[in-house]
Amino acid sequence: MQIIKDNQLSNDAWEYKPDDADLGNGDVIISLSRLQQKGKALFNRTGKLGARIVPSDPVDGIVAYLPDLALVELYFPELADGRLFSHAWLLRNRYNYTGEIRATGHFLPDQVFYLSRVGVNSFYPENTAHLTSTLAGLKDFSVSYQPSAN
Amino acid sequence: MIESLNERPMAILKPTMYQYNEIDQKLVDERVAQFRRQTERFLKGELSEDQFRPLRLRNGLYIQIHAPMLRIAGPYGLLNTKQFRMLAHIARKYDRGYCHFTTRQNIQFNWPKLEEVPDILADLATVQMHAIQTSGNCMRNTTSDHLAGVCVDEIEDPRPYCEIIRQWTTLHPEFDYLPRKFKIAVSGSLNDRAATQLHDIGVHIVKNDAGELGFRILVGGGLGRTPVIGQVIKPFLEKKYLLSYLEAILRIYNLYGRRDNKYKARIKILVKETGMAEFSRQVEEEWQHTKDTMILTDERINEIKAHFTPPSYDKDAKSDTSFATNLNTNSAFATWYKHNTADHKIAGYRAVFLSLKAPDVAPGDMTDSQLDVVADLADCYSFGQIRVTHRQNLVFADVKQADLFELWQQLDQLKLATPNIGTVTDMICCPGLDFCSLANAGSIGVAKEINEALDDMDYIHDIGELKINMSGCMNGCAHQSVGHIGILGVDKKGTEWYQLTLGGSSDNEAAIGERLGPAVAKNEVTKAITTILDVYVKQRLEEESFLDMVKRVGIDPFKEQVYANH
Repeated sequence: MQIIKDNQLSNDAWEYKPDDADLGNGDVIISLSRLQQKGKALFNRTGKLGARIVPSDPVDGIVAYLPDLALVELYFPELADGRLFSHAWLLRNRYNYTGEIRATGHFLPDQVFYLSRVGVNSFYPENTAHLTSTLAGLKDFSVSYQPSAN
Repeated sequence: MIESLNERPMAILKPTMYQYNEIDQKLVDERVAQFRRQTERFLKGELSEDQFRPLRLRNGLYIQIHAPMLRIAGPYGLLNTKQFRMLAHIARKYDRGYCHFTTRQNIQFNWPKLEEVPDILADLATVQMHAIQTSGNCMRNTTSDHLAGVCVDEIEDPRPYCEIIRQWTTLHPEFDYLPRKFKIAVSGSLNDRAATQLHDIGVHIVKNDAGELGFRILVGGGLGRTPVIGQVIKPFLEKKYLLSYLEAILRIYNLYGRRDNKYKARIKILVKETGMAEFSRQVEEEWQHTKDTMILTDERINEIKAHFTPPSYDKDAKSDTSFATNLNTNSAFATWYKHNTADHKIAGYRAVFLSLKAPDVAPGDMTDSQLDVVADLADCYSFGQIRVTHRQNLVFADVKQADLFELWQQLDQLKLATPNIGTVTDMICCPGLDFCSLANAGSIGVAKEINEALDDMDYIHDIGELKINMSGCMNGCAHQSVGHIGILGVDKKGTEWYQLTLGGSSDNEAAIGERLGPAVAKNEVTKAITTILDVYVKQRLEEESFLDMVKRVGIDPFKEQVYANH
């Protein structure tokens, strides 16, 4: 599948695994609760591991695992829930996470400039027809009053 | 013809209000381009109504009963005459020849066409104006004292801090999708004229025991369905921490504010449910992480302050004698002077209120030709600036006493000199059912009826300071809960009824009004108001204001008379 990563279109093989699905050997994203239940045992695989945060997740619950996570996914169930913007900011600025932060779900291309400013560096919109406009949206503004987290 | 601001050699003068630099201009231009694309996508069907709604709201665009309504930001209520003429142009070209000034010092147009809104925004951008974040669940226009910089009770001019906050809030990437709208007001005076206790965050410039200037920060105030008076969360905040502290409050609110129920989503509910002590602890803890990483430097403050240099006042303004003569010989002028002007820190100057509450117009409305002439007058008499007050009037902040008589005559011709500032007919009023899709009841018509019933200026002046605020629904855009008399339109099985409250205030001793009793029918509102006024006139002590009397006697004497025949 194609996503936007670091300001360009790129191919990607990450896959979100629901809590009852087998993880397999690829690069997989799991829920925060599954990560917290299974703990470090999950990292004994060949594939890379990422974790999904939804707006209601307390972001500090992921902190202990951050050094081992190659990706943190921020899943938007709806476009208007702004908690994920703070989650991203905290991951980058408070918890110094340097891996990939990916926005997925129902955000709009019109929000990706903001998301990029709070630390999100890859985007996989629910509506893949939005990929091109997502890329364009990163350039909606060339100036800003606030410092960037990226 | 009065020389326009454009033709004056402004470059050699120091700025007296904030002027955009290249970055500010670019940001606003890029926002216009972004909104143009968004509108095109919506009109082509590429964005659904649900997707377009938060985007258009963040550009001030509501969908109302008759047409979209566009709300334009008046940054802390301060406009120049070039901007005013642009409002006139927009009213003529895109609307029906008038605009409406709001309680948040903003400007609303009630009849724009959706497809033309990007063009309106592009026109506004040419005069350093925009509609960014004037609605939607984000940080709104920062409001302030309409007498900032000229009033006699000022500790420090709040406008530079307003501008610093304006920039910080504009397109803030982390806080654009908050649980609910978020409003900040700043006051720099002993008397609060910006209703800061009724904002999500109130910022007060204060002096500490060591004589240093800083900020007292209030949080959790607000009107609407559940009016709450803000509480002090930080008695004294050093200036350098202003933005880091605001950011800490916003982050806690963004993370923990309720999103399950829009009527419980304002920060006042979070503060109430969390408890002030715990909320304050959370903010403090958050702030400790960031306070030293985002310092507001003196250099930055001074850079913004340099935009607000005082205009070149005439040192001999006080020596004029014509003013005293006119005052003694023309009683209409003297009445206007008493009610519609305020003290100025420079001897020989006054701040002049332009009343937008003439008896036969909707409160806060102005026509395109009035806008143009007012711009000419401001150029001529008040250094080319106009302020919008939160009671929906205008202020010329710097008028020489020698010019007052001439200015009064011209304002009188424009119907902008009704000597009713702060009186019972200086009503705050929302657009109500006539325009707003949220409203349950009309407000403009009721205001007009009350105004017509109170046609005796001597009686109005005898009543003295009395603020009536009237909203057409519980959202409370006209701040009815803090009106000395509040009127709230409610819908009862399809008919319009009105709840009355007494004793509210948005001043230093802020208070939420107490409900008088059952709602009254539309055709009984005016009678109820005149009855309340009669009770006051009969039972007041010498020199006692309406608000003081309500405090002294409570609502019962009023209640007895208003409901006497029920």
